[in-house]
Amino acid sequence: MKYLRIEPRRPKVGIFDFTSCEGCELQLVNHEESLADFLACVEIVNFREASAARDDTYDIALVEGSISRADEVERLKSIRAKAKTLVAFGSCACFGGVNRLKNACDLVAANREVYGAHPKETLPVRAVKEIVPVDLEIPGCPVNKPEVERIVQHLMMDLPFQLPVYPVCVECKQRFTTCLYERGELCLGAISRAGCDAPCPAGGLGCWGCRGPALDANVEAFRSMVRERGFSQRELDERMSFFGGFEVRS
Amino acid sequence: MLFRTLAKAEFRKLVELLLAANEVVGPKRVGTNVRGEPLHQFLPVSAFDELALDYANTEFPPKTYFLPYREDLCSYRFGDDDWTQDIRYQVHPRVIVGMHACDINGLVKLDKVFTRDTFPSPYYLSRRKNTLIIGIDHLPGPKCFCRSVGADLVERGFDLFLSDLDTRYFVAIGSDRGFGLLQRVDAKAITDEDRADYLALRHRIADAFETHVDVQNLPSLLDIEFESKLWKKWGDKCLSCGACAMVCPTCYCYGVHERVSIDFRCGAKVKQLHSCNLLDFAMVAGNHNFRPTRESRLKYRYYHQHRGFVEAYDEPNCVGCNRCGHACLVGINPPDVIADLQAEERR
Repeated sequence: MKYLRIEPRRPKVGIFDFTSCEGCELQLVNHEESLADFLACVEIVNFREASAARDDTYDIALVEGSISRADEVERLKSIRAKAKTLVAFGSCACFGGVNRLKNACDLVAANREVYGAHPKETLPVRAVKEIVPVDLEIPGCPVNKPEVERIVQHLMMDLPFQLPVYPVCVECKQRFTTCLYERGELCLGAISRAGCDAPCPAGGLGCWGCRGPALDANVEAFRSMVRERGFSQRELDERMSFFGGFEVRS
Repeated sequence: MLFRTLAKAEFRKLVELLLAANEVVGPKRVGTNVRGEPLHQFLPVSAFDELALDYANTEFPPKTYFLPYREDLCSYRFGDDDWTQDIRYQVHPRVIVGMHACDINGLVKLDKVFTRDTFPSPYYLSRRKNTLIIGIDHLPGPKCFCRSVGADLVERGFDLFLSDLDTRYFVAIGSDRGFGLLQRVDAKAITDEDRADYLALRHRIADAFETHVDVQNLPSLLDIEFESKLWKKWGDKCLSCGACAMVCPTCYCYGVHERVSIDFRCGAKVKQLHSCNLLDFAMVAGNHNFRPTRESRLKYRYYHQHRGFVEAYDEPNCVGCNRCGHACLVGINPPDVIADLQAEERR
């Protein structure tokens, strides 16, 4: 398989899960029409959810999930030591994701609420980059498989990949979706990073910013706009905190 | 220009003739907004009654039928040692019924950009030439300011243009294609009464404008106000979301990227419309950004529309539809921005 006479690399990839729902990993085996070709691009050497293969030599580590226990910290560090390229895979890995909501609670009370009389060892939730250096971030809850395919192609060709820096509004408009504010609903599209192709607004649900902020998002002007439209500060803060991508003043 | 009148039933017959042989696109009601107002989009219709010819404005401009948000400029197939390229300009003929004067004038501006000079766009030309346009007059909405920018009347760029005289349409014929089309229905020569009714309607439309923008000397005002603090005021509001350019009937800036299939056997060059308000619009090699601030990006959007375009084509690139003002979540709109600059000059 040559591309313009260049033989692409077939990188060895390990896929690792931490605190998460493992839904991003599941996306890797989604998009069935191109699955066989996708799997031909990479050599998967470690993928607990989908394969029995176990090999600790890999070029690329896709790390899913946030880090919420001491043993996870150690495991992550050992993956970092082995991987040439470490990819934070999905919003939990990139920002802490939904799990990060825990950090706003008293950890002991939260533990009791969830596990009752059988508390588990736990730490405040952190994103992967708060513990080890990250080479590439693929945000999304879940990640967008077509985007993952493009990123893998770039990795195979050793080309830099740039996520869209602009907000979701661009992709929303390009799908001819009626603005959610036109329907009187809250939407974070104007400050959230595009690349998802705006499926939520197209389905009638305002954006929740799962991919985190667009680069240089004008959050201040956005907050005043939302306030002027009659949404409460609390509603907006809750929405912006949901996936952990935005800095929310508490 | 030649004129005829067409009974409403005859117009219906005409559209049905077109529907039988072509894709017909027109304003279609797609829902209601939070204020209970109808929402319209230009969409393919399969029956005359699906057309909502009394629409006020559409959410998206009809330009997308000529300059799609995304289009493949060419596709490639790769072999081990060679590759082949495939470029397709052919399009199916299409009819757009119900375009307002502002949107047709938008196309006339795009014609200047894409069909003249050294490198006309074959992609644009093939769509433009294969699209039959039937326009229609309307009473301006409260925010329409097409009259201020000379876009409330159309003289070219269409095949037929209708003005509703209650019992019949007054039809301006803009092309031989439009003339030929009228031969297929019972179009009548205009009478003195038709002429009088049409002129009365023109006055009624002209008198109905509530929003006025003074664009006289605007290019020179923009030059004088280049360093104005007002740009920061408006720029601080701007979300840099690109919605204005996406809904603009004349904005045409784009980027090109490559899409390669995951098996590396084929690929395409993809053109995607972009916006000068987006952060990476002026990002170049070495990570240098010529327009790093919201304020500068917003300013240059206004400069292109109301100064640069005037310099190149003797008219602004704005047709006064105010879709940008409506789509802007933070209320940035040409009448207010321009009035603000003019007030600044008088201070």
